[in-house]
Amino acid sequence: MMINRRSFFIIYVILVLISLTGILLPLDGALAQEISPSGPTDDEVNAIAKQLYCPVCENIPLDVCPTQACTQWRELIREKLTEGWKEDEIKNYFVAQYGDRVLAAPPARGLNWLVYIIPPLAIVGGGYILYRALKAWKQVPPVSEEESQSFAEQDDEYAARIEEELRRR
Amino acid sequence: MVANLGYGALVITFLISIYGIGAAYYGARNNKHAWVSSARNAMLLTFPLVSVSALCIIYLLVTNAYQVDYVASVTSNSMPLYLKVTALWGGQPGSLIFWSWLLAAFASAVTLRKWKRDQEFLPWVIIVSLVTLAFFLALSIFFENPFVRLWQTASGGIVTAMLQPSNSIPFIPADGSGLNPLLRHPGMIIHPPMLYLGFVSFVIPYAFAIAALVTGRTDDRWIRITRRWTLVAWLFLSLGLILGGRWAYDVLGWGGYWGWDPVEIAAFMPWLTGTAFLHSVMIQEKRGMLKHWNMILIILTYELVIFGTFLTRSGVLSSVHAFAQSAIGPAFFVFMGLTFVVSLSLLLRRWNDLKAKTQMTSLFSREALFLLNNFLFIGILIVCFWGVIFPLISEIFTGQKVTVGPQFYERATAPLFAGLLLLMGVAPLAAWRYSSMKTLGRAIWKPFIFSLVVVGVVLFSGIRNWAAVLGFWLCAFVAAVTLYEFWRGARARHRRSGESLPVALWHLAGRNRRRYGGYIIHLGVVLMAIGIIGIEVFQTETQGTISQGEQITLGEYTVAFNSLSVFDTADGRNVARAVMAVSKDGQYVGELYPRRDYYYESQQPMTIPGVRSTWEDDFYILLIDWQPISTAGATFKIYHNPLVNWLWLGGFVFILGTLVAAWPDRDPERVKVKTSSAQYAAAKA
Repeated sequence: MMINRRSFFIIYVILVLISLTGILLPLDGALAQEISPSGPTDDEVNAIAKQLYCPVCENIPLDVCPTQACTQWRELIREKLTEGWKEDEIKNYFVAQYGDRVLAAPPARGLNWLVYIIPPLAIVGGGYILYRALKAWKQVPPVSEEESQSFAEQDDEYAARIEEELRRR
Repeated sequence: MVANLGYGALVITFLISIYGIGAAYYGARNNKHAWVSSARNAMLLTFPLVSVSALCIIYLLVTNAYQVDYVASVTSNSMPLYLKVTALWGGQPGSLIFWSWLLAAFASAVTLRKWKRDQEFLPWVIIVSLVTLAFFLALSIFFENPFVRLWQTASGGIVTAMLQPSNSIPFIPADGSGLNPLLRHPGMIIHPPMLYLGFVSFVIPYAFAIAALVTGRTDDRWIRITRRWTLVAWLFLSLGLILGGRWAYDVLGWGGYWGWDPVEIAAFMPWLTGTAFLHSVMIQEKRGMLKHWNMILIILTYELVIFGTFLTRSGVLSSVHAFAQSAIGPAFFVFMGLTFVVSLSLLLRRWNDLKAKTQMTSLFSREALFLLNNFLFIGILIVCFWGVIFPLISEIFTGQKVTVGPQFYERATAPLFAGLLLLMGVAPLAAWRYSSMKTLGRAIWKPFIFSLVVVGVVLFSGIRNWAAVLGFWLCAFVAAVTLYEFWRGARARHRRSGESLPVALWHLAGRNRRRYGGYIIHLGVVLMAIGIIGIEVFQTETQGTISQGEQITLGEYTVAFNSLSVFDTADGRNVARAVMAVSKDGQYVGELYPRRDYYYESQQPMTIPGVRSTWEDDFYILLIDWQPISTAGATFKIYHNPLVNWLWLGGFVFILGTLVAAWPDRDPERVKVKTSSAQYAAAKA
């Protein structure tokens, strides 16, 4: 039983750790690209626009926003790329102009840290409560080998289990 | 006249609801059945009355009664009849009436059931339903009245008012602004009613839960009564979400189906708690455990339904200032706060009564794994909830708005979703009460081996992306376990009864529709997961500006720009339509017609993709821009979306499974009578 509990706990810890890494890894953007000699292509512009949000529309990435204003902002990215600006410089320019809201994720500073910390903390806290609850439940002797086998392998027993569950509905 | 009738019906329904709440409360507290019956009649009366109000709006919409502000804002002369009818939910005031209408229908339907065994629940179910209904009616009457009319004052200004202001004349615009073009898609016509149906039907299990808490009848009776209601609510909510995804894919013009937009998440959150609830009630039914948890889940689901409506209706998502300026926002806030506090107080009052008499006996039992499943669902909920409200918190405390985009949600929830898939594979093989690593291992090894073979095939096909390989492994594992469960059940029955395998399977599934419906849902999720992996991991895109006769290449596809025509249509659109010739591996496969519709009335463009769909992939072209003077050059955005159609197929299977699970059983009493009359006839013969 203790082994079972330990394995269960390990599974849970692994799940939590995976979710933590998922949240806490920095949200990097697309890799900086070499600009084509004939000027930046639409794909190069979109690679940056994808990481920015339309400053006027709600929750629409700049690369897919159909408004005239966004078309002009994409052109602005193209101009900056032509002038030799790097991806980060362009993003910083937009942030300086329109605020942090143009970024796809809040920059990890000040109050914004909460966005990355609270969910893993809550999940860890919830997991701890779950673990304590499971631990608090009384231990009941595990089922014997023979019984376990009958549950798993014998079809008649399996059918009986289904029938039993049907009766209990 | 019609507007007055509609408004009058609303006000009367509101007053009747208030009366019904009082009568039910008085009747329940003083044990006076006549008052409860009167409250029940009041409840039943709300449906025809709200119907009058809703039909009045529909009449006004269909007859172009533009003096009514709502009609002028969502319809126009050129709109076809079916769109005028569906404009009922095309704007805020109409949506709220639609919400009330559906709630009145559901609450009336539930009062018509047989109450003999559950008489004590009735007044409290009526109270909860009517309190919710009265709240929504109050929003319509006091803040978002769909019947207010336009008036021209002596100074020439246009004002809106229900009753004619002094020194004013009716103002009737020649034409309306028309429905938002984005809402003119078949998916959008069905999507909101499905979501609303899902939302309002979750009020019913919540009402029964509150009734159970108030009356102290805290066994699993309330769960058994509401089992089907919950499944129906879940069915509609799921359908609403799937249709919403399809609508986004077809209409929003960004090649995706889910953008982690707060509005989408608002509908997804009650679905998460609802799904956790559907699993966790089984533990209470089978083992009498987790009574507190089930109460918490249904209370959370109800609050998230109201919260979801609040998010989308209060304007809070655009800015917390919009929320403060609108009266509807604070009203929602107060209602949510009150219902939450009352629900929690009731729960705390009954805390000791809800203690389980049985214990968790094995950590690998079905109930333990279901508990873990609940943990993961709640984990996803926390991520979603926090992601949605953080921008508001940031705006309140720093004055700075921030965006929490898809990357945050995808990274945080992907491992949790993977965990859910894994549990979906393991839990069906675990027995209730007793299960150990060993017994589970014995049941799992065959599907596990099969899933490894699939991984081998995936690797052999050249796929090296670890997330995709893991995802496909999980899909194969869950599918194998689920199909294996069908096979084991059918074979066992075949051996016992001698029925042929298909007949045995049919009878087995028929005897326990919830179990096998659930398995079909799992298969649907697997298919959807395949589609999601395809588009999330393997989607490629490119954009280019080309002249007529030139080509763009994306992977094995080549698309040639043949021509572009720009023309006006009779229904008020300016259409730019491109003709594109698509080739795959050098072979011509057909023409696609991406277009951009500009709606003159609402001055909004709409991008409609040209899509070539196969089971293998979608080739999706958007017309982004073109030269206005000469149509010789145009900009296209092209997406290659592998496997995306498995997502829609999965959605279909998912809904099918839910229908199987929710399909009503034959009334046991009727079956009994039938049997005994048959026996009587046999005895007589």
